[in-house]
Amino acid sequence: MVEHAEIRMVRRGGSKINFREPVITNDSRFLLCAAGESVNVYSTSTEEFVHDLQGHTDLVTGVVLNPSNHLQVYSCSADGTVRLWDFMDGILIKTFIIGYPIYSIYVSEKHGGVVFVVVPMANYKSSELFQLVAVHLPRSGDQEVEARELSAVLCDVSPHPGAVSFGREGEYIAATKGLQLEVFFFKKQKSYRFSLKSGMKKGVKNAFTCVSCHPKEDCIATGHADGKIRLWRNFNQKKEYTYTTLHWHHGAVNTLCFTPEGTNLLSGGIESVLVHWHYTQENQKDFLPRLGAAITHIAVSPDGSLFCTSHSDNKITIIQSCVKVSAIIQGLVKGDGVWTDLIIDPRSKALVLNGKPGHLQFYSLHRDKQLYNLDIVQQEYINEEGLDQFEVVKAAFDARGDWLATVEERRKKGAELEINLKLWAYDKLTQSFVLNTTVTAPHEDRITGMFFSPSPETTMLVTTSLDDHFKAWLLADHSDTKEGFWSCDFVGGYHLLKPGCCSYSADGSLLAVGFQEVVTVWSPASWELLTTLSQPPGAIRDLCFGRLSCSKYLLGTSTKNQLCCWNLLTCSLEWSTPMDVSLLQADPLSENMAAFCSQSGSSDCECYLVSGSSYQYQHNYFASFGLDYVLHMAGSPWVFYNMCCSLVVRLTQPSRNRSNGLHSSICPLLPPVFVFKPSEPRPLYSQKALCTGKVQHAVFAPRDQMLESCEERTQWLNRSQLYFITQDMDLLTFSTKTEEDRLLASSKQLMVDDSVAVTPFYLLLGKHRRQQLEKQEALTNPMAERTQLPQGSIAIKELLHTPAHVLPSASFLCAMFVRSLLVSRSSAR
Amino acid sequence: MASFKPTKIPIYPKLGEKVTPDTLYWKNYKAPVQIKEFGAVTSIDFSPLAPHNYAVTASTRIHIYGPFSQEPVKTFTRFKDTAYSGKFRSDGQLLVAGCEDSVVRLFDVSGKVALRVFKGHTKGVHVTDFTSDCYHILTGSDDYTCRLWDIPNSTELTSYKEHTDYIRCGTTSKLNRDIFITGSYDHTLRVFDARVEKSVMTMDHSQPVESVLLYPSEGLLVSSGGRYVKVWDLLKGGQPLVSLKNHHKTVTCLGLSSNGQRLLSASLDRHVKIYNTTNYKVVHNFDYAASILSLALAPDDESIVVGMTNGVLSIKHRKSPEEKQEVAGKQRVRPVYRVFVKGRNYVPKKDDFFVSKPVKSHLAKYDKQLKRFNISKALDTALELWRKNRKPDITVAVMKELDRRGTLKNALAGRDEQNLSQLLNFLIGNVVDPRFTPVLVTATEMILDIYQAVVGQSSVVDRQLVRLQELVEREIDYQQDLLEVLGMLDTLFATSLPRKEVPCPGSSRPNGLAEGGLGAPGPQLQAA
Repeated sequence: MVEHAEIRMVRRGGSKINFREPVITNDSRFLLCAAGESVNVYSTSTEEFVHDLQGHTDLVTGVVLNPSNHLQVYSCSADGTVRLWDFMDGILIKTFIIGYPIYSIYVSEKHGGVVFVVVPMANYKSSELFQLVAVHLPRSGDQEVEARELSAVLCDVSPHPGAVSFGREGEYIAATKGLQLEVFFFKKQKSYRFSLKSGMKKGVKNAFTCVSCHPKEDCIATGHADGKIRLWRNFNQKKEYTYTTLHWHHGAVNTLCFTPEGTNLLSGGIESVLVHWHYTQENQKDFLPRLGAAITHIAVSPDGSLFCTSHSDNKITIIQSCVKVSAIIQGLVKGDGVWTDLIIDPRSKALVLNGKPGHLQFYSLHRDKQLYNLDIVQQEYINEEGLDQFEVVKAAFDARGDWLATVEERRKKGAELEINLKLWAYDKLTQSFVLNTTVTAPHEDRITGMFFSPSPETTMLVTTSLDDHFKAWLLADHSDTKEGFWSCDFVGGYHLLKPGCCSYSADGSLLAVGFQEVVTVWSPASWELLTTLSQPPGAIRDLCFGRLSCSKYLLGTSTKNQLCCWNLLTCSLEWSTPMDVSLLQADPLSENMAAFCSQSGSSDCECYLVSGSSYQYQHNYFASFGLDYVLHMAGSPWVFYNMCCSLVVRLTQPSRNRSNGLHSSICPLLPPVFVFKPSEPRPLYSQKALCTGKVQHAVFAPRDQMLESCEERTQWLNRSQLYFITQDMDLLTFSTKTEEDRLLASSKQLMVDDSVAVTPFYLLLGKHRRQQLEKQEALTNPMAERTQLPQGSIAIKELLHTPAHVLPSASFLCAMFVRSLLVSRSSAR
Repeated sequence: MASFKPTKIPIYPKLGEKVTPDTLYWKNYKAPVQIKEFGAVTSIDFSPLAPHNYAVTASTRIHIYGPFSQEPVKTFTRFKDTAYSGKFRSDGQLLVAGCEDSVVRLFDVSGKVALRVFKGHTKGVHVTDFTSDCYHILTGSDDYTCRLWDIPNSTELTSYKEHTDYIRCGTTSKLNRDIFITGSYDHTLRVFDARVEKSVMTMDHSQPVESVLLYPSEGLLVSSGGRYVKVWDLLKGGQPLVSLKNHHKTVTCLGLSSNGQRLLSASLDRHVKIYNTTNYKVVHNFDYAASILSLALAPDDESIVVGMTNGVLSIKHRKSPEEKQEVAGKQRVRPVYRVFVKGRNYVPKKDDFFVSKPVKSHLAKYDKQLKRFNISKALDTALELWRKNRKPDITVAVMKELDRRGTLKNALAGRDEQNLSQLLNFLIGNVVDPRFTPVLVTATEMILDIYQAVVGQSSVVDRQLVRLQELVEREIDYQQDLLEVLGMLDTLFATSLPRKEVPCPGSSRPNGLAEGGLGAPGPQLQAA
């Protein structure tokens, strides 16, 4: 495999911010949460992203405030390090190397200089056994220290971070696993175990799910999978412990949290209701319902004024004084799956895909932020397991972004399928989509494809369905009503075969519909069947027309490992290749096409990008692709072998205009690996072993700013970027080096020394102000620059702004202070 | 914390007529005023003078009604037998009427006694009219003759004996004093010129002619007889223009709406149909309680007066625009509305601070109960709504919502006899409606599942279950029949469509570009 150094695959968009419990800082101004390989800092008041703490090389698995310095935070990661940060300035203070992947981290004020981490048991590395160890952090001045002093506290604990909790003033630690609660007293160095009987109720075990200890009293609250909460008391002995049971949740209790004073207990689960129990008066409870999605974590600010809840839809809600939702930090929602394709909204250039249940989310790729959620289903969402919900399964935009079509369906067990087709008009006034037409049961069976005509004159929608028909929908003009509505214009079919996919040509003059093994080409103007193309065996899986100069080609993939290209002028097959292409995607701005292969039998995925530009020298070509491909030039046909994946392509048509040299006609896009075109093809880029799991959807997103890369292999990334999503709901893209450099530069430019939440408005105004001030100063007092006032110096600022109890000793400060008052030699000159 | 999303009540497409300007125009009449006459109302004629009184001929009397009075302003009773065809003269001063006793009487509208009496016919006179010069009278009688009379001398001027059956309709030209047209049961229409001895034009309606009507331009003539309404072009020598067959019983009367744009026909089948006179399509339809014998429209369509065989005179007045406003004004006075409007129409001044208050969204009762997960109560409320206004949409929507929540079974369970019978009533009423069938079939299955153990304990419920079963069986048969018909139609369509060959890529090569030969298409290209 050749290294393509310039292009690498990066994760984009929305790392999981609900992965671990978020942390609210002592002054309640910031919220910290683990997000992928970094820790994100958000402002609690404006919900804006402030900055991130980068340094970990693997998933961050826990964030806790340093109990001895409230401006510092510990983070642990699966890369086996614990890092200490100054989160205000985003500076990495220290790195402690533990050496084992860490799953969660706990600290207690009583145990200074010690962090408790959950790591896999040393001798069972592969197995699922974990232990809680105390790590004594060495005091050394180095940036990177290896922490050697590990002592096991508890064996066989759950790696779930909610399953361990420190008790009153750190005197004991409680851990749950399965049906067992274990309490370890540090003073006595003794642990007690309490286990429950595995009572089966409603098919749910009463296993422990989470634990939380009362901060002032000896009381442990545990949550259970059957929805019960147990309050354990008197547990410092084996026999006479007691517990009381609270029951409100009907699903599992996901998380529990005591408020800092211990007056209230908060609990949350799949019902997406925050339940607020009054400690000692347990029959009194308050609710905060309809929070949107199942609650996964609850955190309370140290002063108890703010709560925040993480939700399963990658959202953090900040709740003020337990009644009002004050801010919502929303990441890219990753639900159970993406059924709609990845779509680019032509207006906002946002990525559109399934969001919350029954919603479409508009996600800005450039700003990595969710723009808004569009409620498609418009029904009250009922959080209950095993309920058949309406899901948005298809969505499509027309060429100008004036219309959005969505299909929602609900599959009931043994009952009829419910399908609704909805058409939304863009309202300029409210800047969002407004429902125009609802078609109930547009087809009798599932809809397999939906596309708008790309031509700007007619807005036409085509849907294909498993009920053997495809339908064309037109916006009917009705003079008597104010706005038009959509109605069915044409119903087409072909020998009662099931249509699987359809595609419009770039100008909207042709419509190709794949009916199992047959591709039918229709003229949408007259609804005439123009021709049929067929390449048995194998049903057609995906169809795609060429763009721009290659618009005479139609590409199709079939289930029997065929990628075919038809020339529509001759109605004949141009070439075909045995490739198991699962996904074809055309770049709307260029001729490029991406084909994602899925090799049956292995989970290995490949992406080939093909373009039609003719290649210069075969030798260069070999150089760039190395051993991957061997070209046999045994006259014609040409055969390309891909050694690694044993793909064979045979070019039937020796190129005629090969001699044209460099960039003669930019031609089609072809097949996977090889570039090809009917004349001479060459893969612009190919990548093997993209990721584990099948690539489910992909899209070319236009860049807002064109890259100017001249290098051939990265040229295809100039106009648009290829995003794709895998089965694990990872959004990935290809990025080039130049692009990353540019991003880095821009992020530096954005850095502000003040820790106030940064908004574009602030940046703009702040910059303007500063310039004005400087100008004024320069005018009034040319000496001002030299004789800097003491208030302006950094030392003074630090002295005055840092709380006294965290400052170093006075003698140290004094020297610093005096030094700051002295005029240095260089500036005096 | 998102707000509760209320149950969505789907709007179903309205079946039936589309709303056109015509329907709006003809619907804009008040509820009819009904007046009982002594016998069948055979003729209605509006006075050409304001205030447009109208003469109603029924039995042995002629009543003259004012435009808004329900009591006759004048009555002529000096008939010895059934009176026919009371007609006003174009100055509105004189009224002429025929009678079964063959005497034609002329009245002054202010007097009581006949001014002139024309004797000469030997049988009942069904047709009377004034000529356009106001000095002559046209009569047509069951003795097959039609005659012209001079009013000042009360003498007979001419008599035409060309018809071979009863003359039951006729009209005079409003432009020429000598021209008149009669229609007879001998299926013919004849145009006479008083200056000539014989009829000048004859048209064959091929049905006994009941009514004739001249267009204001007098170029076209409309006749009705049997189930047909026929339009004739007089300028082309009586050429038939259109034949309309929209009634299923004899068409008895014709009328023109005052602007001449619409033609009305009334029939024994109790309908009045309104045609567009440019394309002769039916644009509107009125239904009446009994067979209609006579019809008249006030000038400017201010009212439609219809006389029926059962002696009922039905008068519809047009709604005036002021009245509409009045109705709206009344609503505004209602206190409930005032409460809603309070402060809403206040326009903030320039310097005012605007403090917005969250608007509390109003939830329907069933939504409130759904919000609290009171599912059985929500279903009860929805059924109650159906009982009140008989509109099943909301009830079905609530059932669908419950089904979506997976709690429909719980909501249906645990009902007593009365409750269950109400539920079954609802199902019997709506389960075969194609809009509701998918939801209601699920509900019905659930009910049968839940209550099968208690079948036989209540006679009411059992009876309803049997009814439901019969209904479903009938519906299944019906659907089967429909599918059969559909299959037949498909066969017919398939045979009638020409077979079209789809160009095959292999056989034809329409484009010369391909000649360079991208080899043969097809399977050969596949690599091994």
